[in-house]
Amino acid sequence: MLILFGIPITQLLIFGTVIKNEISDVPIAIYDESKDEVTAELINKVRSSGYFILDENLESINSIDQILKKGYIREIIVFENNFAQKLLKEGRANIQLIADASDPNLARLVTTYTTGIINDYVVKMNLNKGMPLQIQSEVRMFFNEEMKSSYQFVPGTMALILMLVSALMTSVSITREKETGTMEILLASPLHPFQIIAGKVFPYLLLSIINAFVIIFIGNLVFRVPIAGSFGLLLLETILFTTMALCLGIFISTVAKNQMVAMFISLIALMLPTIILSGFIFPIENMPKILQVLSYIMPARYFIEIIRSIMLKGIGIQYVWQETAVLGGMTLLLIAVSVKRFKIRLE
Amino acid sequence: MEKIIEVKNLVKKFDSFTANDNLTFEVKKGEIFGFLGANGAGKTTTIRILCGLSAPTSGDVRVAGYDIYKEQEKVKQNIGYMSQKFSLYEDLTVSENIRFYGGIYGIKGEERKRKETALLKNLEMEHARNKLIGSLPLGWKQKLAFSVALLHDPKIIFLDEPTGGVDPITRRRFWDLIYETAANGTTVFVTTHYMDEAEYCDRISIMDAGKIEALDSPTNLKIQFGVKTINEVFVSIAR
Amino acid sequence: MMIKINRVSKSYSKTPALKEISLEVSKGELFGLIGPDGAGKTTLIRILMTLLLPDSGEILVNGMDVVKEYKKIRQFTGYMPGRFSLYQDLTVEENLEFFASVFGTTIEENYELIADIYHQIEPFKKRRAGNLSGGMKQKLALSCSLIHQPRILFLDEPTTGVDAVSRQEFWEMLKNLQQKEITIFVSTPYMDEATLCDRVALIQNGQILDVDTPNAITSRFSSDLYRISAENIYKLILDLRKYNKAESVFAFGQFIHLTSTPDSTNAKELENYLQAMKHTNIKIKKIMPGIEDVFINLMK
Repeated sequence: MLILFGIPITQLLIFGTVIKNEISDVPIAIYDESKDEVTAELINKVRSSGYFILDENLESINSIDQILKKGYIREIIVFENNFAQKLLKEGRANIQLIADASDPNLARLVTTYTTGIINDYVVKMNLNKGMPLQIQSEVRMFFNEEMKSSYQFVPGTMALILMLVSALMTSVSITREKETGTMEILLASPLHPFQIIAGKVFPYLLLSIINAFVIIFIGNLVFRVPIAGSFGLLLLETILFTTMALCLGIFISTVAKNQMVAMFISLIALMLPTIILSGFIFPIENMPKILQVLSYIMPARYFIEIIRSIMLKGIGIQYVWQETAVLGGMTLLLIAVSVKRFKIRLE
Repeated sequence: MEKIIEVKNLVKKFDSFTANDNLTFEVKKGEIFGFLGANGAGKTTTIRILCGLSAPTSGDVRVAGYDIYKEQEKVKQNIGYMSQKFSLYEDLTVSENIRFYGGIYGIKGEERKRKETALLKNLEMEHARNKLIGSLPLGWKQKLAFSVALLHDPKIIFLDEPTGGVDPITRRRFWDLIYETAANGTTVFVTTHYMDEAEYCDRISIMDAGKIEALDSPTNLKIQFGVKTINEVFVSIAR
Repeated sequence: MMIKINRVSKSYSKTPALKEISLEVSKGELFGLIGPDGAGKTTLIRILMTLLLPDSGEILVNGMDVVKEYKKIRQFTGYMPGRFSLYQDLTVEENLEFFASVFGTTIEENYELIADIYHQIEPFKKRRAGNLSGGMKQKLALSCSLIHQPRILFLDEPTTGVDAVSRQEFWEMLKNLQQKEITIFVSTPYMDEATLCDRVALIQNGQILDVDTPNAITSRFSSDLYRISAENIYKLILDLRKYNKAESVFAFGQFIHLTSTPDSTNAKELENYLQAMKHTNIKIKKIMPGIEDVFINLMK
């Protein structure tokens, strides 16, 4: 009963709250070359809209690259020199919106909202004037100039596939041994649980690495997703994530009684939360606080961030070490718990 | 004597593998017919064909007087089937199971109530009417499954290894039921791995590699092969 | 004493599986645990194999406690669980190699021990285990359990679901193994296999009904036993049950076994009774009981 009614209701609630195409409290930075009343008004309008939070007022334009690479600031608004003056004298001024398009969906939303605020200001501004003034906003999608949607999907798909397939492989493999009865003999032998687990993980690790290679390859060749950063680092991170997923599969096998349950948990139970809460499609920033908190326990969230950073932004370990550490920690935790739970007897 | 099963030159092939190789045999009304053979000899294939669950590759097959190619539905209405894995729902009560199976065969209302009472009385299980099947001992489940399979008074009942695993007394009590049923005119077609149960049958056939290698009464077979037990007949054939 | 079981009990949730079982098995014995499904055979063997913990009681295997010294015990015990746990998609050869490596040995090292058995399936060594017949799976599973030269072999229903010929061959193989001083503990639901063992324990509903050599057990049978046959078997059963001196009446193949208290009746009386009931072709003989007769008697 719980499953029959509970799951549709829960899914509806989650989907309903998550699929919002609105944003709120997105961190931005502003580089104001003019610092006059017009820019001040505009900045005020942006800040009080509720959509954005001004994180930093930049002093120079040189650090855009670095700032966006850090991954916290999603948009930088640049006001050109002598903004108000240009408006008065030439009737037009320029604003540049530089968005972090490693998450194309979010970038699109952010720039759309910003442009909306600016246009609103222009309309109000022109109410009292004879001659219409213009503010041109030029949008730059950093890391993804052509706004390819494959940039959105390929990293996420990589994470999803690696996660599900790896967890599925190990969890099913072990529960199958329980079902055919061969596990009984292994348990009754001098083998240590760790040897049994390792014996299960290694072959799938090798297979998964090949899998990862293929996915990166296809992503790069067919979908033209660049590998701006170090390929070696990308591979290592992928191996780490895969190991984590395999260990998750081991853990599932200590909980699942048979293959059916293992498959259910690995595919169905994991799939939706991973898709929804990892930032794969729907930006995490959009979600209600509680889901944002939940997303912190989703390993895929960290991996997607890492892939986007390496592939699209081309950054190195110094920026992703935190996410890497989290994944590493999760892996160790899963191994420890699994070994502990792995019963040396049948009950 | 009326013939309940008539099989002539039955052949069943799965791709290039011949599971049943030109079988010919008959079963008379009221007989207890034992269908023996090692796993993989082709027994299950034959039973499925006789029950109308699978179509032969070629050959004539008539069950309960009906042709199994053209009158499959009539065949199904006139046979009963019980397998080792039972067929009763564990989370329904005895009464509910009877109601369910009665419904399948079109036995409803007063007639069903009457049959239900008679069945339970015969098995001495009136007090278990409202008990869940899952809560009953294995032997009781077996006897119930058997009786329910007979609810619609079929002409013949097929039993697929019905006594697997139970203790010697329960097994014999089950065979008491089989005897009773046959004495009432219902033909019983049974497969078993217990060689002593082969002795309870009027006639037995032994299958090996898709063919029938022996068909006669247990006594005659023992004389024919010059041995004392059916087990030894079996060994002689296999070797 | 190779195996000492002292008042062992085990329950699953509230269902008792073993109730204060006590048994002893000597070194080099071929010991049979005889009983139907649900009697507790698999539970007991799993406890002996250190795969389950008993709720209470004590078990020593080769002098070692199954609970505390399970690691050591697992070094010298061989196990063949029900359903012959083999890797279906590995070949015969691969299965053997795998289990050899699990126990830290190789096929060559202990080949002598399994040679007789393995010879019979060697022609199929490249075939996948899943494609073997029941009898061949049996032999392979047995070989795998012997690959590390265990001192004790635990076999859980190795002959269930296998054809009569393979069953016979299997017991011949066990007898041969016994010559090599391996203690063998086998469980089976087939009563007739009891006579092939040195000693047996009859088990039903988690309790031991009797333990001894098959002969000693049957000699303890306290009733008279008559073997009867007639033209109409079913009518014979019904009529014999109405006989006032009959203790129990059960079908045994083509005969009926009737038990009665000692000297309460005789063959002639029975024949007269049956003739009065219009039976024909009556054959009556007083016989010695078999294990199954004993089992049925003890069950009541």
